[in-house]
Amino acid sequence: MRITCPLCGERDRREFYYQGDAKMLNRPDPEAGDVVWDDYLHNRDNPAGVTRDLWYHEAGCASWIVVTRNTITHEVISTELASKVKEASK
Amino acid sequence: MRFSGLKVLKEGLTGNKGWQAHWRDAQPKSEYDAIIIGGGGHGLATAYYLAKNHGMTNIAVVEKGYLGGGNVGRNTTIVRANYGLPGNSEFYSHSLKLWEGMEQDLNYNVMHSQRGIINLFHSDGQRDAYARRGNSMINQGDDAVLLDREGVRKMLPYLDFDNARFPIYGGLYHARGGTARHDAVAWGYARGADQRGVDLIQNCEVTGIDIEGGVVKGVQTTRGPIKAKKVGIVVAGRSSQVAAMAGRRLPIESHVLQAFVTEGLKPVIDHVVTFGMGHFYISQSDKGGLVFGGDLDFYSSYAARGNLPMVEHVMEAGMTLMPMIGKAKLLRSWGGIMDMSPDGSPIIDKMDGIDGLFINTGWCYGGFKAVPASGWCMAHLMATETPHDYAKHHRLDRFRTGHGLMDEEGTGSQHNLH
Amino acid sequence: MRINGKGLVDRNTPLSFSFDGNTYEGFAGDTLASALLANDVKMVARSFKYHRPRGIMGAGSEEAGALVTVGTGASQDPNVRATMQELYPGLAARSQNRWPSLNVDILSLNDLAAPFLGAGFYYKTFMWPKAFWEKLYEPVIRRSAGIGALSGQDNEDHYEKAFAFCDLLVIGSGPSGLMAALTAARAGADVILCEEDSVMGGRLNGEALEVGGMASQAWAVQALAELAGMDNVRLMSRTTVTGAYDQGTYGALERVSHHVDTRGARPIECFWRIAAKRAILGAGAIERPVAFRNNDRPGIMTASAVRTYLHRYGVAPGRSVAVFANNDDAHRTARDLVDAGVHVAAVIDSRHDAPDGDGYEVIKGAMVCDSEGRKGLEAVTYRLHDGREEKLQADCLAMSGGWNPTVHMTCHMNGRPAWDEKIQSFVPVAGMVPGLEAVGACNGAFSTHAALEQGAQAAMTALDDLGIKGGAVDLPEAEDAPYRVKALWAVEGKGRAWLDFQNDVTVKDVKQAAQENFRSVEHMKRYTTQGMAPDQGKNSNVASLAILADATGRGIPETGTTTFRPPFVPVAIAAMGAGAQGKGFAPERFTTSHKASIERGAPMIEAGLWYRPSYYPAPGEKTWRQSCDREVNMVRNAVGICDVSTLGKIDLQGPDVGEFLDFVYTNMFSTLKVGRTRYGLMLREDGTVMDDGTTARLGENHYVMTTTTAAAGVVMRHLEYVHQCLRPDLDVSFISVTEQWAQFAVAGPKSRELLDGLVDETVDNENWPFMACGEISVQGVKGRLFRISFSGEHAYEIAVPSRYGDSLYRLLMARAEAIGGGAYGMEALNVLRIEKGFITHSEIHGRTNAFDIGMEKMISQKKDCIGKTMAERPGLIDPDREQLVGIKPIGPVKQLTAGAHLFKAGDEATRVNDQGYLTSVGFSPTLDGFLGIGFLRNGRARHGEEMQMVDHLRGVTARVQICDPVFFDPEGGRVRG
Repeated sequence: MRITCPLCGERDRREFYYQGDAKMLNRPDPEAGDVVWDDYLHNRDNPAGVTRDLWYHEAGCASWIVVTRNTITHEVISTELASKVKEASK
Repeated sequence: MRFSGLKVLKEGLTGNKGWQAHWRDAQPKSEYDAIIIGGGGHGLATAYYLAKNHGMTNIAVVEKGYLGGGNVGRNTTIVRANYGLPGNSEFYSHSLKLWEGMEQDLNYNVMHSQRGIINLFHSDGQRDAYARRGNSMINQGDDAVLLDREGVRKMLPYLDFDNARFPIYGGLYHARGGTARHDAVAWGYARGADQRGVDLIQNCEVTGIDIEGGVVKGVQTTRGPIKAKKVGIVVAGRSSQVAAMAGRRLPIESHVLQAFVTEGLKPVIDHVVTFGMGHFYISQSDKGGLVFGGDLDFYSSYAARGNLPMVEHVMEAGMTLMPMIGKAKLLRSWGGIMDMSPDGSPIIDKMDGIDGLFINTGWCYGGFKAVPASGWCMAHLMATETPHDYAKHHRLDRFRTGHGLMDEEGTGSQHNLH
Repeated sequence: MRINGKGLVDRNTPLSFSFDGNTYEGFAGDTLASALLANDVKMVARSFKYHRPRGIMGAGSEEAGALVTVGTGASQDPNVRATMQELYPGLAARSQNRWPSLNVDILSLNDLAAPFLGAGFYYKTFMWPKAFWEKLYEPVIRRSAGIGALSGQDNEDHYEKAFAFCDLLVIGSGPSGLMAALTAARAGADVILCEEDSVMGGRLNGEALEVGGMASQAWAVQALAELAGMDNVRLMSRTTVTGAYDQGTYGALERVSHHVDTRGARPIECFWRIAAKRAILGAGAIERPVAFRNNDRPGIMTASAVRTYLHRYGVAPGRSVAVFANNDDAHRTARDLVDAGVHVAAVIDSRHDAPDGDGYEVIKGAMVCDSEGRKGLEAVTYRLHDGREEKLQADCLAMSGGWNPTVHMTCHMNGRPAWDEKIQSFVPVAGMVPGLEAVGACNGAFSTHAALEQGAQAAMTALDDLGIKGGAVDLPEAEDAPYRVKALWAVEGKGRAWLDFQNDVTVKDVKQAAQENFRSVEHMKRYTTQGMAPDQGKNSNVASLAILADATGRGIPETGTTTFRPPFVPVAIAAMGAGAQGKGFAPERFTTSHKASIERGAPMIEAGLWYRPSYYPAPGEKTWRQSCDREVNMVRNAVGICDVSTLGKIDLQGPDVGEFLDFVYTNMFSTLKVGRTRYGLMLREDGTVMDDGTTARLGENHYVMTTTTAAAGVVMRHLEYVHQCLRPDLDVSFISVTEQWAQFAVAGPKSRELLDGLVDETVDNENWPFMACGEISVQGVKGRLFRISFSGEHAYEIAVPSRYGDSLYRLLMARAEAIGGGAYGMEALNVLRIEKGFITHSEIHGRTNAFDIGMEKMISQKKDCIGKTMAERPGLIDPDREQLVGIKPIGPVKQLTAGAHLFKAGDEATRVNDQGYLTSVGFSPTLDGFLGIGFLRNGRARHGEEMQMVDHLRGVTARVQICDPVFFDPEGGRVRG
């Protein structure tokens, strides 16, 4: 598996650390309540198809990356810097 | 038909013409008392125990593919009861007891082989953590022995004791642990359920769950609608998709776990050996293949196949631990889809807010050994509407409340780290 | 039998080899299989279940019969395909899965018991009595199962792994692959051409064809010469591509030196990871056997294998060869044999409209229905269309049930091939593996012309995709014969007809599986074990599912196939795991004081990837405890030196560092004064403790964080995550400087005395009070000093750039020893911190939160931080949770053990009575007794309670008293001294 780091270009999967759903970018307000927090931390859409998740170019430039990919075919559709995605969401 | 050595002899002498179907190919009826979605190990065991323990025989298992086609047929076949935390302890202990009587109960040889498991440790800290776990096992009434380095050497002389990157300090030996013939477990439960009148319906994919006023009414399938008073979702890696049909999101992420088998070899590994530092575990099947595995590929996936980095990592772990397997040749690798939960432990619960809907998921990659107890407790829950005593910790709301979390690995709420 | 004037072997270089102790002669260029056939050796193996004699059945890596063991001692290599093992001088091979010998094999009695050993018999018996499974049945089954044997000795051979990159990977060097490689390479693409065989050319070498007006073998030589002359082409022979993975990654196994007797420095195998932008699969096809009674005897092989042995090796596998076929292609075998002067007994063709023979007899509309010859074929019986049966003397049967395209690689990503009615086989569907195109025979195009054409076309498409302009393609002329085949899977009749020759699965077994309702092809496979042998069903899958389709009244496409999985050929674990044996599995990290510690005789222990000294034995000390006790006393009474460089060090700079740290730590860091250090607690978002450590503020916008050794990487990743994913608005930069700084603890009442004169600045309580930090210079070298303590003593950590680490350590040691101090190791460090009740990852083991360890007050209420909200979940602050406590022995048993559990006095040691457990234990020379820390339900409220500690595993039960976890100097006066 190969992933294109927005900064470094296409690299082997073994350079990257995988965390999980990119919904983690949307950290709730501390006062949002237990249902919201439980949903944020634990529940997942877990789609069989296109998903967006967070990867970390650990053996490279240390960028956190939002990867849009397909969980059935393993196709990597696009990659963006997580910091850019986060800033754009504000 | 009862299976026995005598029956095999008799059939052999008469041309093996008399063998009958191990289970009927049932056609879906319009209505059942209960439907189990998912014809894997857990679903079939649930059906079996619903019929056997609770007398519920007007039930069906609906399976989108073929029976036993999921993780029950793609694992490394390890059976053990060596958990450390309350909730898991009693559950897996019960499961192992069911394994120990399974063949006689099912009249099916699942080749449950209690050849012993050794969990190796490589530092004082790991030894103490294993000691804590081993003591929990004995507190629970199961067996455990703490082996020192020489004790391990006696049992596993072929390990690299001299040069390995992580020297072997000792091991936790669980004599009643072992392996089983994985497919046979599914087939045995299928046959047992079928004999008790359960309809096993293959090639029948559930496409919707009918819910009216917060009460489950049945399911929509590729073979038409089926009414049911109770519906149990027992679909492992596909839990999120089926739960979504009921409008629910689950604390589950699906991940691929690869497993490996070599060509057939004469007996060389007599136990199950696990090497935590390298995420590697191995045993030898009765046919002679070395069966082994490692950790997840770590990215969420439904592909039931993996990639080379983890393949190589597993082979590397094998080579540092037991370099005598170097000339064994990998014959086949495959992947299963694991239902990873946020604490690495399973969920057997009612689906909150929907009467009659039940969920069984979150087995991570330890589901195989759990098959009997999972079926047992799921059947109890579905029949009685109350959790079985051995599964009372396995609740969905534990993540929200923080009560009864069972994080054996201590890696926290990131699903793929368990 | 060797045929003069044929073959690519070097007849001028005879080689001597042995099989089962008998010496034979072959030639350079032979495989073990071709050399054995040349020596008329028929039986070379025994089958898996019935121990039936097995011969050589093919000429490729899919070999179903001839698996042997090569080498002795640690080099013993089981299950080697004789068809792939090249001959070298002195090659010693032997048969396997037989006892006492290949000729006389006791377990061949199994063959007589065959009626009782059919599909799945073992699921129905061996259940009584229950205890007999592990004791009797299973050991017997295990001993009789398996094929070859491992030596049991540690691997001594050298294996390697490597990466390669290319524009176009061409898999297979037959006509399609060569043409693809030529087309792409001429246009300038970077091409890797992989060929499994030792000689490139594929079927061009195994047939007597004409390509471009010359012999096919000659055309291959010419094409390869052109490719070899191009810098943008890498030719990799003896290299099998084993698997297709995501984004154009392929695994490939190169057999570097299996074919030589002296390897020198070369590895035996190399496992390649090839990243290819595009790939072309020209893997060819595998000829399929036909199932008939006793179709498994030595001497029965595929028709194409007979041609390969003839043309490639100059060997006739028999003196009188019969051919059995359902297609035109196999007639070539008869024609080529006749041309070479070998007697062809007859061609038995199941088709009434079979072509006539050209110098050989064709018996049309007939089928071979039985064979004779216990250890080698002697005769075949065939049945004519009117039912009459005739016998034909033959010592070799060349059979062909048609061809199966080698689609395996195209299925490695779960794609399903499609059934092609015309060729009666499965063919790939475009796009099954993104970026890979199948061409030629593996794509169902069987003529040489079609192979060349598809190879060239696929290369042009790939060039287009790559943005490389290709030139005009000049296709060489080649035969374009139609492939005429009529399905024939099994010949009706009594007896056993083999499908899976390795696992002994017969037509009867498949039918019985269907009868028992194992009707899904996946069920049939698992129930009968068909396709699970070393050839992974390459010789049997299609026929078996055809039989299953027939038995269940379905069509073949409806029945479907099982999934082909990597690897395409079996790969040694040592190859894919190359480099890891011994210490290679994980990097080794050494501190700058490593050498000095070794010089002092310290046993080094693993701490994650690091090595740290366990203790420093002094003259006369016989046990680690003696050293440890002395080192603890030394720190408590004088001064000790310990390398703490393994702790993670993260340098943080920027105007928002304070705010950032407030967010990742539970407590406040923005309020920390410059020149001060503070202990911090870091949570995971789920509220559990992630790590702890001290962070120093060196300047207004400059902090240095320390992490534990174990969590250094985890914390670094976490900080990046928090910054980039949650708070990119904060202006902060950080980097790990763990390896840039060597840092040493100087601990003990004489620590200041030691530093006095070493550090250029004055170190006193006023300038360097407890928790002070700052820059210093150490004999002119710029460094840092932190007044922090993990021992509870007056202590410092002194840091210099790593290149001065060794020097500073030796200086510190000399000064320490001069005032009654010295080095202390991990054992003493652990005792010192237990005496103080300081936690490590034994306590913050991933399931404990701030409440559990008594630090809930460290979660600042003035701000949000990672983990704060979830740490407030009711289950995480339940008073009944296990809380950190101290444990002291108070009964006659003075020993404590980590991992023991706690019970109320008098309670039985069972799960339901479990109250807690011990995490860390040490013998305290300071307090003269064992001390333990651990967790106890509602423990903070139970100080003073007497309990029992039970360690079943070590057989220790002790009366203990629960107390505060800080055993020594609870007021903390010493640290400020």
